[in-house]
Amino acid sequence: MDTVANNRSATEADGKDTTLVYRQSRWTRLTHWIWAFSLFFMLLSGLQIFNARPQLYIGKQSGFEFNNTILQIGAENTANGPRGFTEILGHRFDTTGVLGWSGPPGQETPRAFPAWATIPSYYDLGTARVVHFFFAWILTTTLLVWLIAGLVNGHIRRDLAPRVSDLRKLPHDIFDHAKLKFHHTREYNTLQKMAYGGVLFVLLPLMIITGLAMSPSMDSVLPWLNGILGGRQTARTIHFTVMALLVLFFIVHILMILAAGPINELRSIITGWYRTDPPAKHDQPTERSV
Amino acid sequence: MAKFQISRRKFLTASSLGLSSIALSGCDAFDSGLGIGGGLRSFLENANGLTWRAQRFLAGRDALAPEFTEADIRQPQRPNGVTAPDDDTYKGLLANNFADWRLEVTGLVEKPLSLTREQLQNMPSRTQITRHDCVEGWSCIAKWTGTPLSLVLDQAVVKPQARYVMFHCLDTIEQSLSGNIKYYGTIDLIDARHPQTILAYGLNGKPLPVENGAPLRVRVERQLGYKMPKYIYKIELVDSFANVGGGRGGYWEDNGYDWYGGI
Repeated sequence: MDTVANNRSATEADGKDTTLVYRQSRWTRLTHWIWAFSLFFMLLSGLQIFNARPQLYIGKQSGFEFNNTILQIGAENTANGPRGFTEILGHRFDTTGVLGWSGPPGQETPRAFPAWATIPSYYDLGTARVVHFFFAWILTTTLLVWLIAGLVNGHIRRDLAPRVSDLRKLPHDIFDHAKLKFHHTREYNTLQKMAYGGVLFVLLPLMIITGLAMSPSMDSVLPWLNGILGGRQTARTIHFTVMALLVLFFIVHILMILAAGPINELRSIITGWYRTDPPAKHDQPTERSV
Repeated sequence: MAKFQISRRKFLTASSLGLSSIALSGCDAFDSGLGIGGGLRSFLENANGLTWRAQRFLAGRDALAPEFTEADIRQPQRPNGVTAPDDDTYKGLLANNFADWRLEVTGLVEKPLSLTREQLQNMPSRTQITRHDCVEGWSCIAKWTGTPLSLVLDQAVVKPQARYVMFHCLDTIEQSLSGNIKYYGTIDLIDARHPQTILAYGLNGKPLPVENGAPLRVRVERQLGYKMPKYIYKIELVDSFANVGGGRGGYWEDNGYDWYGGI
């Protein structure tokens, strides 16, 4: 089924011509869902690990007698009772209820990320590390499997590799996205290629590299790694920043699916089949099926 | 075809509702399956064994942790855990500057030892500027001076059946109903004989301060801080740690950290 290029023509009840194309190979679908599952657990266990030291620093070490902190989440006593705060590059924001000080009314506790955002929900660094490293292996293995499958079956070259024409289409593509006007074609549009390629070839590898750089044992194997990254604490800060970018990607990803037609988009990532727009007729005003 | 579409839509709606209810009720179930000894946790912990084997394969016996320069020492070594032992034995030893303190080397050795500070300090020493990484996430660079553990082990002549070095400490880390728990921990003989594994008595050119583990702490530079016990008074060579404490190889290990602290 993977290797046969299938096109299924169908006629909808309203009489418009639509075409189902086989868009996502089983490798793409399988790895997509394993990543989604793994990243969920890595995010929530990672936030728990962060809670053990809710500060980010720049450099080789953490400044206790000097200041190289660029982000801090904490709690402080004020005239209005305990408040949670988040401080980024010296700018302090009151984040009571979510960051720094949170919990059920009357049972708030000082914790950087709230219970609903961490695994386990209660403070437990050891368990969070067990969960985090388990899914780190799953995520990394899946990325390798995807890379090999994508090179062998042509998915990366055919669907993800940017072309000159992508660059030419970019302004128009941005314009269409801004107007929430989506073209349902077998091919990814330019922004899709940039987003998926950015996650798979930049963000996830950077996550793995900065994760390894934090391991004291790996530092003995790759002593130059932290040198390139700017020190172990900078590596930790990059690790956290990439997490935030992946969360941002997830939010945009979900919004785009909702805007482009969730049934069709979900079908293609579950079954592989995707309903494309009818071919535009040049002698008539372009009419888009809804 | 229309029928196919509707059933597909129903299927997707139903499955997404089902998934979200599993996710909601799953959080508590997931929490409860993660306790030490729980089936789910034990399964997930297999990944730690994989990490240990993979990193041992890559790092081998002698790959060195990065060492830094004097310019990188920008602050006193950050103390953590117990920083002022309240134990009478410890306070008595501290009162006369550890003159009565001895390092016992016992267990599976041919020649049990009892070493004074002077005897340890008269052995060849190693000084290294290294980065201490805490499991919590922070790092601190300091200069450590001490006796390579391998020299002490050679002097005691380790028996072939020994597999781990257990550190017994003077500080009470937890007061429980069943009595005080003093800090303990284990490393294997590969880490024990690593060239950078030293029994440190000096920090940043001065005698090791109380908050950092005086009179003696171990440095295991390819692992995290919880693998480097402070206030050591006895080194025991063992073939297993199954019957010590909770059986997981150390105080923090018995409270959920992995025995291998290389990541």
